[in-house]
Amino acid sequence: MADNTNSNYQDQFFKEKHKEEMKYQVITFAMMIAFTIIAFGLVVGDFSKYLVVPIILVLAVVQVLFQLYYFMHLNQKGHEMPSLMIFSGVFAAVLTILALTTITWI
Amino acid sequence: MSTHEDVLSSENLPHEPERATLEGKNKFMGFWFFLGGETVLFASLFGTYLALKNSFGDAEGTPSQELFGLPLVFIMTVILLTSSLTSVYGIYHMKNQAFKKMMVWFTITVLLGASFLGLEVYEFNHYVHEFHHTFTAHAFGSAFYALVGFHGAHVAFGLLWFLTLMFRNAKRGLNLYNAPKFYLVSLYWHFIDVVWVFIFTVVYLMGKVG
Repeated sequence: MADNTNSNYQDQFFKEKHKEEMKYQVITFAMMIAFTIIAFGLVVGDFSKYLVVPIILVLAVVQVLFQLYYFMHLNQKGHEMPSLMIFSGVFAAVLTILALTTITWI
Repeated sequence: MSTHEDVLSSENLPHEPERATLEGKNKFMGFWFFLGGETVLFASLFGTYLALKNSFGDAEGTPSQELFGLPLVFIMTVILLTSSLTSVYGIYHMKNQAFKKMMVWFTITVLLGASFLGLEVYEFNHYVHEFHHTFTAHAFGSAFYALVGFHGAHVAFGLLWFLTLMFRNAKRGLNLYNAPKFYLVSLYWHFIDVVWVFIFTVVYLMGKVG
């Protein structure tokens, strides 16, 4: 009986915790939509190319970090190995893009 | 009922059911390893596109500034971002063991994903018929369809994955055996969205700026 009450408390605790997490997910989503609108707005707004391209690239990177850390839960416990794997992937990806755009075809 | 069955379909799933079993832990780890590999794979396609986006050879081609239409891309982006959020809602309900609500949110995710795919098919069809922008026309065309088309194929695969899991587990309810599977497909769906963020930035927006 006592055990049952205890698990009820636990259930309640986790439900609250999930709700709290969900709040951050919705904020993340709002930020991503806002960044998207800013990026499209900058391109439509006819600004200098050298101003727009770096800004939209930074916006994309920030948006992706939001996605990785909140939507894909990299900010939660037990995600050390996944972080290592995805960021090794990112490291190799940067090298690949650099090589292809500077050596292979140019 | 054997103890094994009992554990897998217990009334009260543990906290984080996706990583409660050894199998779930292994799947979780292996899937992130796979996503690291996918990152490099897409990088090679992005690198190819960036190097070849202005290469037309002897062929007559439409430059990216005239080819792309931003309103359609914006709608596609919002649809895919929203579908990412709806799959987060699905996982939220999975963690609260609300199987039916999870299925509802995943159904919405699938519908949004399918409409994204439909718009992409329309877009490609438009390019081919209005601008003769085809896979074999010039290097720009090849690089464009290889990159964006490969992403589209990922969306199609993700939809099939969602649908297969949802049909197969419709009557089973949530247990420790299928919770990791639902968790992974939603990770895959977010990854597709991550790639799309770079596609709309690097291909469409930078293509429009020139």
